[in-house]
Parts: sequence; C-alpha cells; structure tokens
Amino acid sequence: MNIYGFDISRRFIKVWRRNLAVYQQTWKISFLPPLLEPLFYLLAFGIGFSTMIDGVQYQGLELSYRQFLAPALISVAIMYNAFFETSYNSFVRMYYQKTFDAMLATPLNLAEIITGEVAWAATKSLLASSLMLIVITLFGLIDYPSGLLVLPLALLGGLGFATIGMLFTALVPNIETFNVPIFLFVTPMFLFSGTFFPLQNLPGWAQGLAMCLPLTHVVQMVRAATLGHFTSGLWFSLFYLLVFAAIIFPVAVARMHRRLIQ
Amino acid sequence: MPILEVRELAKTFNDLQAVDGISFQVNKGECFGLLGPNGAGKTTTIRMLYGFTPPSGGQLRIFGEELPERLRQVKYRMGICQQEDNLDPDLTVLDNLLVFSRYFDLPNREALERARQLLNFFGLESRSQAKIQPLSGGMKRRLVLARSLINQPELLILDEPTTGLDPQSRHQVWDRLEVLKKQGLTILLTTHYMEEAASLCDRLLIMDHGRILVEGPPAELIRTHVGRDILEIRDPSPMVRDFLRDREVVYEDFGHRLQVYSMAGNDLLLRLSRDFSAAGLSLRPATLEDVFLRLTGRELRE
Repeated sequence: MNIYGFDISRRFIKVWRRNLAVYQQTWKISFLPPLLEPLFYLLAFGIGFSTMIDGVQYQGLELSYRQFLAPALISVAIMYNAFFETSYNSFVRMYYQKTFDAMLATPLNLAEIITGEVAWAATKSLLASSLMLIVITLFGLIDYPSGLLVLPLALLGGLGFATIGMLFTALVPNIETFNVPIFLFVTPMFLFSGTFFPLQNLPGWAQGLAMCLPLTHVVQMVRAATLGHFTSGLWFSLFYLLVFAAIIFPVAVARMHRRLIQ
Repeated sequence: MPILEVRELAKTFNDLQAVDGISFQVNKGECFGLLGPNGAGKTTTIRMLYGFTPPSGGQLRIFGEELPERLRQVKYRMGICQQEDNLDPDLTVLDNLLVFSRYFDLPNREALERARQLLNFFGLESRSQAKIQPLSGGMKRRLVLARSLINQPELLILDEPTTGLDPQSRHQVWDRLEVLKKQGLTILLTTHYMEEAASLCDRLLIMDHGRILVEGPPAELIRTHVGRDILEIRDPSPMVRDFLRDREVVYEDFGHRLQVYSMAGNDLLLRLSRDFSAAGLSLRPATLEDVFLRLTGRELRE
C-alpha cells in the first residue's frame, strides 16, 4: 500500500509482534500501573478531595467529582502510554539498541518499522485503558454500553499521541531533550485539557488554547462515553483527532527517514 | 552472471566525496574483501548495498536485480551482519533468531528448526534461553552471524565481522566462515585484519579516499606490489644507504629502519651481509599488510 509516498505493507505487524513478544515477558509488571493508578486517584480524590467540593457542573449535568475525574484518568493514560512508548522507548530501540538498524537489514522498510511502533503504542493505550475501565467500573462510574466506546477511542487517541511522540523521537538529538516536549506539551495537556476541572473555569483565551490540544478532545469523547451523554461538538473532536494523526504521521515518517537513511 | 555488480557507484555527503565512482563485481561462491583505512569509503559502500544509504550516482545490481528499486526482493535473499552489535537485548538468544525469522516470512516450524541448526553450528545451543547482555563479545558476534543466516541467504555481507574480538573468538569466526564458504556461500566482507582478508578472500580490493587502488587475488597483489620477500635493515649505516641508492631497488626509509621491496631479496641479503654487516638484516615473507601500507601510506587516519 502506498501512503503519502511511503510503501507500507502489512509487514508492520511483525514489528508490532516483536514489541508484543517483549511485553509478554513483563506483562505482570506492566499491568500494575493501569490497575493501581485509578484506584489511588479515585480513593485520594473521593475521600480526601471531594469533601471540599460539592460536585461539578458539566454540560448541564450535575456530576460527582469522581464521575468527572474518572474519564480524565483514562484519557491521561491513553496519552502517557502512547507518547512514552514512541518517545523514550522507541528512542532507546532506535538509538541505543540499534533495533531499527537490524530490522532495516531485513525485507522491512523504515515506514513499516515506524508504523509498527506507532501501532504498538496505540495498543498499549488500549491495554491500559481496558484495565482501567474494569477498575473504574467497579466504582460504578461507567455508563454501559456507551462506556465500551472508550476502547476504540483509546486506539484513536493512542494513534494521535504515538505519532507526535514518534515525531519528537525523529527530532531530538539525545534522550534528555524529551524533557522539552514533556514540559511544553505533555504536562500542560495533563493539567489544562479539562482533566481536573472543566474548561469553562478557564478564561476565554485559555479555553481557545485548550481546544487546540489533542488531549482536550480525547477527554471530551471519553467523558461522553463514560457518562453516556453525547453532544454534537464531539464530531469536531473526532474530526480533530483523525486529522491530527493523519498529518503528524507522515511528517514523523519523513523526519525519521531523514534521520536514519543518509 | 555475477551475484553483485557495482558500476561507477558514488556517494557525496555535503562536500565530502565518500565514494568516488567505484566498480567491481562479486561472483557466485566467491569471498570478496573490501579493504581500506578508516574513512576510505568501505562502510558507505556496503551501506549502499543494503539500502541504508541512497547512492548519489552509479549502478547497483544484486542477483541481477536493479537497486534500490528491487531492494525488498533482494533483501529476502541476502544476509547482513552490521558493524555494530545490534542484537535485541530485550529478547533471549533463541528469540532473537525467531523474531528475526518472522521479518523474512519464515514459517514458525521452519524457523525453529533453522534457529536450532544455526545455534549448533555456532556453538551456542547451550545458551539458547540466555539473555543477550551476559554473553561474551565472541558469542554475541556469532549470534549476529547466526541471525544473518536465518533466511538462508545467497549472499552474506559482513562489515568488520571480527573487530574487537579476542584471538580465540576471531579464529572461531574465521573457521565458521571458512565452512560457509566451502558450502558455496557468496561472501562480501570489509575488514581491518589483513590476515583475515588474505586467508578468507579469493579476491579483494583496497580502496582509499573513495577510490579503488588495486583489485585482485591477495597472493597476486602481494607479488606485484611488494614482491615475495621484504628485506628489513635496522639502523642502516650511511654506506648501506648509498649502496642501495646506487642500485635499482625500491625501498622505504623510516629513519632507523629501511624496508626493501626487493624482488630478489636473497641476492641483496647476501651482498649486504658480505660487503657490510649482517647485523640488523632480516628477510621475511611479504604480506598483504605490506601492500596495504605501501598503497595507502602510513599516516594515521583519525
């Protein structure tokens, strides 16, 4: 298949399977954070924090703070799992382990390697959010069946964050430089994407800025799914994420080409 | 039909002409060596052969297929052993081979059988479940070799296969390559070890500054460029120097030592030891290293 001038065949699945094989060795440890994290957050905010706030007004709904927070926790996990996989982990494979070089000596091409890495990162988002969904369901904070939409959303959001992580991997001169996108991009998103408080609490200009961030749109859609409350604005969020991934992906592949094939 | 055909191949990096229009070919069943000092363009040349570096000019054909257009098809039939050790540290020894076999579309059962054969061949069968990190340098190198053979390639490309190994490991690798050669595998290798090139290669070329200096079978290169023997004269007296200057002999002067590329070394040795003194004279067989240093010079390449 030819995508933006890159020849990408189904062989990318072999790269995905390589990462799965490594993951299977450590899955017991990898499963812990997505199981424990929502537990800790919901307990901390449920017990310690919610005595200070009555609830949250969200799109005309009266929500408990935990109801409001739970989908944000999933969204943040979608972001972290995909972004850190294609940033730090891919960088280690590319730069230190020379795994990409070894793969390039086989019938795989670079575009397929990048596609496999991105697909794997999105898979990690899916795995993490599935586990979190189970834990949060036990707290009675997920509306079903609409809650199941979290899974395809995890894949879509995962793809978006994976492509941007891969773009940074293609650009950074060394692994320390990831601190720059993390402090300028990831951390602000973690805090200001309607995660811990509604966007409406921000001044107008800041709301506009927040609407430019991909996490804002993931949060809105995941929250709609867990609450079973859908509005027409979600179509824009869906469109935004699709376009975001569709633009960043070929840029990441092209920059990776420039970095490795010379 | 040659397995590999390179014609007027060139590569320019910004201002640097790394490879400057080289041509050579490798025939089936042959072991061919690329020699040259650091920065001569060897690694750039083989990187172009497996698509890591797009050529700036020239033609490249492997198995009669045009590159880079048919790179993928060619890679199915080629084994590549890169200079850096790039085994997968996240996987065991056996899994390194099995995961790699998938990239070549090998069916699982065949891959397992092939992996076990290769681990046996390279003396790694007892380590199949080990992680990569605790392996010795020699073992890692053998595993990289094993991995590059997983697809039963018709052409094996080796970029400095024994650099950094201790003598035992190096000889073990040579021994295995010798066996593969006997089985009819076509091999292209770069190396800094002249001994390795002289014993493994049927033909080789020496390149420098991106160009080919000489090409031919190692024994023939030694004969034509430095002769059979080399006469070394330690701390030569001015008389000896005058004597040599008056004669038609080719020699290099290193100050405290002269090296005479005498095509009739025995006669000269007799004359010198009779007319002057035998002290400091020694006659030794010429080696590929003499050819290499003679052609590429003695200044350091850093």
